[in-house]
Amino acid sequence: MTELAAADTVPFETAPGTAGPDIRGQRLAAADYARNFSDMHPPLGRHEALVESDRCYFCYDAPCQTACPTGIDIPLFIRKIGTGNVDGAASTIFEANILGGMCARVCPTETLCEDACVRHTAEDRPVRIGLLQRYATDHFMQGHTSFGTRKAPTGKRVAVVGAGPAGLSCAHALASEGHDVTIFDARGKPGGLNEHGIAAYKAVGDFAQEEVDFILGIGGITLEGGKALGRDLAIETLTAEFDAVFLGVGLQGVNALGLSGEAAAGVVDAVAWIEAMRQAEDKGNVPVGRRVVVIGGGMTAVDAAVQARKLGAEEVTMVYRRGEAAMNASAFEREVARNAGVVIRTFARPAELHVAAGAVTGISFEKTVTDAEGRLTGTGERFTLAADQVMKAIGQSFEPGPLGTIGLEDGRIAVDAAFRTTNAKVWAGGDCVPAGEDLTVVAVEHGKRAARSINAALKA
Amino acid sequence: MADLSTNFLGIRSPNPFWLASAPPTDKQYNVERAFRAGWGGVVWKTLGEDGPPVVNVNGPRYGAIHGADRRLLGLNNIELITDRPLEVNLREIAEVKKNWPDRAMIVSIMVPCEEQAWKAILPLVEATGADGIELNFGCPHGMSERGMGSAVGQVPEYIEMVARWCKQTTRMPVIVKLTPNITDIRYPARAAKKGGADAVSLINTISSIISVDLDSFSPTPSIDGRGSHGGYCGPAVKPIALNMVAEIARDAETRGLPISGIGGITTWRDAAEYIALGCGTVQVCTAAMTYGFKIVQEMIDGLSAYMDEKGFRTIEDFRGRAVPNVTDWQYLNLNYIAKARIDQDACIKCGRCHIACEDTSHQAITSMVDGKRHFEVIDAECVGCNLCVSVCPVENCITMEEMVAGTDPRTGRPVSPDYANWTTHPNNPMARVAAE
Repeated sequence: MTELAAADTVPFETAPGTAGPDIRGQRLAAADYARNFSDMHPPLGRHEALVESDRCYFCYDAPCQTACPTGIDIPLFIRKIGTGNVDGAASTIFEANILGGMCARVCPTETLCEDACVRHTAEDRPVRIGLLQRYATDHFMQGHTSFGTRKAPTGKRVAVVGAGPAGLSCAHALASEGHDVTIFDARGKPGGLNEHGIAAYKAVGDFAQEEVDFILGIGGITLEGGKALGRDLAIETLTAEFDAVFLGVGLQGVNALGLSGEAAAGVVDAVAWIEAMRQAEDKGNVPVGRRVVVIGGGMTAVDAAVQARKLGAEEVTMVYRRGEAAMNASAFEREVARNAGVVIRTFARPAELHVAAGAVTGISFEKTVTDAEGRLTGTGERFTLAADQVMKAIGQSFEPGPLGTIGLEDGRIAVDAAFRTTNAKVWAGGDCVPAGEDLTVVAVEHGKRAARSINAALKA
Repeated sequence: MADLSTNFLGIRSPNPFWLASAPPTDKQYNVERAFRAGWGGVVWKTLGEDGPPVVNVNGPRYGAIHGADRRLLGLNNIELITDRPLEVNLREIAEVKKNWPDRAMIVSIMVPCEEQAWKAILPLVEATGADGIELNFGCPHGMSERGMGSAVGQVPEYIEMVARWCKQTTRMPVIVKLTPNITDIRYPARAAKKGGADAVSLINTISSIISVDLDSFSPTPSIDGRGSHGGYCGPAVKPIALNMVAEIARDAETRGLPISGIGGITTWRDAAEYIALGCGTVQVCTAAMTYGFKIVQEMIDGLSAYMDEKGFRTIEDFRGRAVPNVTDWQYLNLNYIAKARIDQDACIKCGRCHIACEDTSHQAITSMVDGKRHFEVIDAECVGCNLCVSVCPVENCITMEEMVAGTDPRTGRPVSPDYANWTTHPNNPMARVAAE
């Protein structure tokens, strides 16, 4: 442990009567938890949806559609909402994106379709595409248990490893072509990051599981939980037993700070912390520090910081080593964080963890600058934040161990344009491949395209 | 500050905005609220002959078509003329005229097509102190099936006959309200003039079925599963009405006949357009029924500001100014060449101009230039049709620009500064001057 510098230091404050760091649940009344974890964007009512649908200009070669990684025909589905054909609107969405319901909730629409909306250009107020998509998909899912029908059985069997967005998208597309699909997932509960990663207030209720059921409702898909690649499954066995294999295994590793004291109590991986929080039946039981420092500038950092606040943390500071423009969290996400009372500090990188009696008590940062080429250097100047809890959200990594001979690129699984790996019987998509941003909607598209390629290969 | 007061057939009103004969003018209560809000006059809802009151349906009377955000674009009604006792209406008309002497009070009348019926009611109306009467020859539903309303308005001889009876019987100026449910509006207008009418007002409502219920398969408004045609009005009918007003204003036989313009007037701009086509007053109903009487305040202020900006001191200063510019197609200058111009700074890149032109017109607007989404006009293909202007969601983003010199890249012909129309065009077999 080091002495804290006097300058630029948030004074340590310890809750009266407690000796160590203050990490606990039940910081708020039950009603506060309910309110804090309710829908961030309440769904549109019928009237709101009609008014909003009227705002769409039905653009030619619509920029919103081009901006959508899954290429949903947005003007067409919005027009269908406007004419009262809401299930038809949902069909247009599901044809391009079977996880359209979740994407309507978690997509950073402000950087995708809504950023491209010509109304955004015209009046800084895009058509609320995400909410309209949710209106249509919710409507459909309330009245139907599945989407699409299966073609005649082909007798071909495909293994999908990972029941996240990429795997589910791939499985649905393959099942509809008549192939039999077995999805393996390391966890007991399917859904991947939709179930375990994204912020709770973005997909309230049990939506992730409802969506999985909806996707599996097409039939021909078997789910096997608790089966991890490298532990219970091997590429060689899968390729021997199945006609094709799709890997949608995501990222398993969490980047480390590389500082001493990282193992101290109170230093947590944001991803793991969010996962535990997502699975907690009663959010009041989730322990959170009184003063929380989140390190990172991406969506995970924002999700962790905002949810720490929603759980009752008094001071939450997000610290990022570069400026806001370089953050993966969009301007909208940053606004969400600020509205939740999160302080965002930029141009500072972790320098030293302060630990007392095996628990973290604070963290020092070194201020940084970037040069003309964008290279980051420390200035030597430091400041220290007192913290009961430090959350690391500085990126995840792919663990290639179980892949065997399959080739890698940039530390992830190398794939061609059709998402086929260097093993001709194996395809891959989602976060575990280096293509595109690590977003649900991108993973869905990978799964969809891989399914097309797999289908073509199986029918060849 | 512009003077909005009008003198129409000697009937003075502080502004040209009258409420048309319709539900808003059926009662003293409504009319006095309207006058308090600022309306210049009213045409009292149509009175019928004395006797058992008119019976209305007890189910829905109105149906509508809507634009974005349920903005009401067109309204359809199957309501009949006033269903209140004649004596009550007459008493209230007199009371209102006494309370509001500076406002125009016109009384709409519809009685059977018999001289005695008209001669019986006119003195009663005259006794109220009303300023004038409007003969309802327009209603297309209900009353027309009993030989009144548009059943009269569709027969010019009847119009002339009834107008004459009225002029012979009363001191009051007579306005004939015309139905648009005819093929050529000039015939009934000429008949009104021949009968001695002082003015015409138009249009009354257009026969319409507003929609069909796709569950019950009943036209709407549905009365116990069945519907009948009604009268259509509101913003959607304005273009039809403007044309009919212009036809009368420029017709050799009716030129100069005072006109009170009616049809979809919702803003001061609409009113100004009617006035520019020769109307001395305008009548409003649907806009008031949609938004309430306060809308007249926008109309008054907007018209006044427009007149100030243009330097028009009175309504007469610009009334009829557009009439000489209304002509027949054959006299349009075929040497006038315009090309669309897209203001790239205003363009929001929705692409609607492109797809409209590409799919349905002349393939004269790009969608991609140098690999980038870019919309610009290809002059060599543009016929200047104005479709792109019509579909562009940004006002003034696309404009039509006249080619004043040079060569039209579409035809390869030089732009001629001379006026030339169809009557002399070489392709016209009827051309008065033979082509060289």
